[in-house]
Order: sequence, then C-alpha cells, then structure tokens
Amino acid sequence: MKLHEYQAKELLARYGVPTPGGKVARSADEAAAAAEELGGKVVVKAQVHAGGRGKAGGIKLANSAEEARAAAEELLGTNLVTIQSPQGQPINSVLVEEQIDVARELYLGAVIDNQSGRPVVIASAAGGMDIEQVAEETPEEIHSQAIDPACGFQGYQARALAFATGLDGDLNRPAVALISALAQAFEENDGSLAEINPLVVTGDGKLLAVDAKFSIDDDADFRHRDLLELRDKSQDDPLEVEAEEAGVQNYVKLDGDIGCIVNGAGLAMATMDAIKFEGGDPANFLDIGTANDPEAIVTALRLIGADPDVKAVLVNIFGGLARTDVIAEGVVQAKRDGLIPQPTVVRLAGTNVEEGTRILDESGIELIRADGFADAARKSVEAAVGA
Amino acid sequence: MGVLLDENSRVVIQGFGGAGQREAKTSREYGTQIVCGVTPGRGGQILEDTPIRNTVREAVDEFDANVSLIFVPAPFAADAILEAADAGIPVAICITEGIPVQDMVRVKRALDGSETLLIGPNCPGVITPAARARAGIMPTDVYLEGNVGVISRSGTLVYETVDQLTRAGIGQSSSVGVGGDPIIGTTQAEALALFEADPDTAAVVLIGEIGGTAEQEAAAYVAQMSKPVTAFIAGATAPPGRRMGHAGAIIAGKAGTAEAKKAALREAGAMVADSPSQIGETCLEQLRSAGLL
Repeated sequence: MKLHEYQAKELLARYGVPTPGGKVARSADEAAAAAEELGGKVVVKAQVHAGGRGKAGGIKLANSAEEARAAAEELLGTNLVTIQSPQGQPINSVLVEEQIDVARELYLGAVIDNQSGRPVVIASAAGGMDIEQVAEETPEEIHSQAIDPACGFQGYQARALAFATGLDGDLNRPAVALISALAQAFEENDGSLAEINPLVVTGDGKLLAVDAKFSIDDDADFRHRDLLELRDKSQDDPLEVEAEEAGVQNYVKLDGDIGCIVNGAGLAMATMDAIKFEGGDPANFLDIGTANDPEAIVTALRLIGADPDVKAVLVNIFGGLARTDVIAEGVVQAKRDGLIPQPTVVRLAGTNVEEGTRILDESGIELIRADGFADAARKSVEAAVGA
Repeated sequence: MGVLLDENSRVVIQGFGGAGQREAKTSREYGTQIVCGVTPGRGGQILEDTPIRNTVREAVDEFDANVSLIFVPAPFAADAILEAADAGIPVAICITEGIPVQDMVRVKRALDGSETLLIGPNCPGVITPAARARAGIMPTDVYLEGNVGVISRSGTLVYETVDQLTRAGIGQSSSVGVGGDPIIGTTQAEALALFEADPDTAAVVLIGEIGGTAEQEAAAYVAQMSKPVTAFIAGATAPPGRRMGHAGAIIAGKAGTAEAKKAALREAGAMVADSPSQIGETCLEQLRSAGLL
C-alpha cells in the first residue's frame, strides 16, 4: 500500500524526521487558508501516488494566499499525467508547504534487498534525482548499509552514511538521528519502500525531508490497521479496486484486448507471454488462485467481460489445488448469465479435467475449446482479431 | 535418487487444517510416508488417519519425522518455520503464501548456519517421482520418473512445464518449487547446485520469472555446471512497477525484466524457450544436443 506524501511525512515525523511546515487541503479555500497560516510564500503539491510530479506540473510555487488558491483550483479535480502513470491519477488533495531555502539536496531511502535478504538504508549526495539513474550512471555515489534484523540498525551505520554524503560538522548529529529514524520507521511499519528525496540542507544549516514516499508491505496489512485507514483507493485503477472488493486479489489492468483468467501467478504471466508470442495483446493479468468456489470464478469472469477493451476471453487453467470442474461450472454459469458476451476460449488441464470437460460438453454453450497451451493462445488471438 | 526427498522421507505436516489434510491424503495415495500432523491444541487426536501432535519436537521424537510440510497461515508461518528448524528437521517446505517480507528477513537470519534447509515459502513443494515422495500441492499424474531436474518459482506454470516434459517422454528426477516471494529459503542457484550434485539428474529445467536478480545469480552458477540447463522466464509482457500476483514478481530496474534474465541465462550457456508452450520442445532439443537422448 502506497501512502501519499503528506501521510508519509506524518508517519516519519512521528519518528523524529524533520519536515517543512505544511497542511493538506482538499479545496481551494482550504489551500488559501493554509497558505495564510504559513505566511503566504508556499508550495502547492498535488497528492498523487506517482513520482515525477514536478515535471508533470503537479507542483506550483505561490507567493500569496491568493496565488495558492489559484494553484489549488488549477490542480484539484484534475488528473495528473506523469511518466509513472501515463493514464493519469486524480488529484483530490494538495499539500501546502512553506517554501524552503535549499542549499543542498541529498537522497535517503530504505528498501528490502532480495539478494541479501535484508532491509538496506541507502544514501546519496546526489539528491533530487531519479536514484536508479544515479545507481546506473554514478554507482560510486550510492552508499548503503544493510540492517541486521537480529540487532537492528546501528549508530555507526548511520554515521557512515552521514559522513559518506558530506553530512559532517554540525550537521552530523541531526543527520544520524534522521537516518536512524527512517530505518526505525521502515522496520516498525513493515516498509517495502521509503524515500526522502530530496533530503534538504537549508540555507541556515538545517535538515528537512522535503519530499517523502512510504509504501507498506501488502502482506503485513494485518498488523497495521491504523495505517490502512490512510489508503486512498482513488489512486488505483477503478477496475482493480472493483476486483479487489469482489475478492479477486490479483488483477492488473493492461493495454490489450484479450481478457485472461488463469490460476497461478506464473501461469498467468506465461499466458500473457504466449498471447504476445502469437501476435496478440493481453488486456489484463488475473490470477484466480485456488478459488474453488464457482461464485468467485463468476465474479472474475464478470469483471473481465465488463471491461470495454476486451474483445475475446481466454480461460487457461492447469488444476492443482484448483479444480477444473469447479472452474468449468463457473464458466458455464457466467456464459448463461450473459456476463461474457465476448468469444471465449477455454483450456482445461490437471485436477478433475475429465469432469470439467464433461461439464463444458454437456452445457451446450458456445465455447472455443483449446487443446494445450499454444493452441489456446493462438485461438484467443484469432478470436480477438475476428471480433 | 533426486533431491531433497527420497523413500526414507518421513513427512510431518504443520498446520493440519483443510489443505493439510487434503494434501496428506493425496501424498499418501501417491506412496509418501506422512507420519504426523502438528496442530497446537489438537495433540492426541487422529485426523485423516494421521496422528496429531502439539509440537514439531514430538513429531521428531515419536515418529522420526525428517521433512516438514508447512501450511500454517501467513501471520504465524515464520514461527512455524523456526519451530521446524529448532526441532532439527533437515528439510522444511513452506507452502504458505503472503508471509510479510520482514518476517522472512528475520527467518532467513535465524536460519543462517542452521542445519535446516528451507524450501519456499509461497511454493508448490517438492516431488521425487522415483521414490513416490511428494511434499507439496502438485497434481501427481503429470509427473514421470526420469532424470531431468525441474526448478520453478511458480506453481501452476511448473505443472504446465512438467506436463510438456512428460508428454515429450522426458521424466523428472525431482521437481523443486523454490517459491514466488522476494525472500526465499533456497534460491534457484542453490537448487541448481543440489541437482548438479545429484547422480540421478542428467539435466535441469529452470522456470524463472520477472523481478529481482535470482535468475542472474542462477545464470552465474549455470556457467560452471557440468549439466545442461533449459530455461524459461515468465513475464516478458508484464509492465514495470506492478506486482504480478507473486510478491517477488515486480520489475524494479532493468535487471528485473524477462529480457535481461533470458540474456544472462543464454550467455551462461542455457537454452531458453521464447514461448511458454515450447519449454518441452526446447528441453528435447537441449537433451539431443547434449547427447543425452
């Protein structure tokens, strides 16, 4: 789950990370009032779950309350299109913050390193830039310290990062406190990604987290009920939210026109690949998992059938824990109820395949039957082209 | 005889609920020794012809269990893995999906230097057809006894793969599901090493997917293996930055793409299938060119 910038800052501030004075606003009036309170000279920042906001026009300088009102009016209620979200994300709130006198910009982040199996705190003197680009072009500017879960992040590690990025002298103590605070917040809240970019040294020699990102491991939701309340579903694809609310967890909307319903993540990805290999384009990733309940299958099919981009549907099931007969029943029911008007290719293999095949045979419903993986992909591409 | 499981494997199932009972039955029908179930508070009961105990320690002491198959729900699964390790179980196989990543960070740290080899989590398990030994959730009828080792991050895609192999007449020594999570007990490279050392394995099929750099690490090992490797990487069409079902299947940076992984494996000498429907054929070709057919 991704937090908005203002939520990430509130979370980090609880651990002692210094952030600029600011207030979240959901209307132009609120933005003007916030600017007034902050002394007039502010930055108005669109709150969307995507990076690259500045370049996309989502961050505006305002030198008075009236300018802040105008900036908020311009942003609120629109969709911000960034490099990271080409389809755009709705701006429902803005963060109004005091303007900062920037002397230096640095980068500070935390992420899980799969290779070592440890959380890693990363710092770089090259702040304000895309850190992946820095890592690629000037890897020597990236400094990192892995957290040993047995004893936690240590002071010497924070000091090493601070000194490596030139945070010495009077800045060293506050830098060590700030870096340690980020590490602690990351560990205690099951962070999957945390970033302070830029971390700013102000003209008068203070450290401030001027932008912040924080994502929480979705699998650790159950122990962060308080943070779940911060979730903003408007930032997610509406079809994906609907899928999730219907109990279909693993749905990702894509650009193509062949709707896919598959059991298992690996097979679901491979099915998309096979469609592409045969010259088609998948409309989605969908893993129905081991849903052994025809209702869940019907729900998944209804979602795919209702997607206006979908011209053909491919059901590709290799039953393990999932039973092909239960899936066959779901397909038949969804077809009977008119939930998938598109031509539908079905390929069944694995657990109870004889029974599943019999259910499809006896239903009398028009389905395109496929024998094997390649055949299924090919037929779905043909069906989409013909539709 | 294959890796991790053989005819001496004595399996305890931790978390003997619906899934555990169902899989105990399937494994037993296949020919596997399921010796005990562990569900705290149900010790002394018998469920699905299986004696239940409260702790893994009892399963080891009374039934000589030497493999643990874990179905414990995600919030408690880290605890279950560590209990298996503490009881001295040499091979722990965790099926559970959705364990918090930072729980696995701690588990991995705790297993450092331990005698216990963890497979998974979020995996379909392990099967050694020649020994009729199954500790997992895979359908048994697609497997055929043979000398090709199979390694996969995914469950259903490995059934698909094995089905293609079996239809092509290629039997399997063992099939190991290493799991779809970002942090797993045994990596693809480590699983390759198990097969390299196994006298009954002549070649290996590796099924990777997008996200992380485990396939690149596997490729580095492939380069020094004596046995030929055939590979497929799922997710060539997945968009970056999105989690594709598996917690580990998310492209962050160029190394995570299918293209980069395929290139690394080809560079290391593996034969890589471009379409998932061609894994069987590609393996046949690889076996022929290596003079194994």
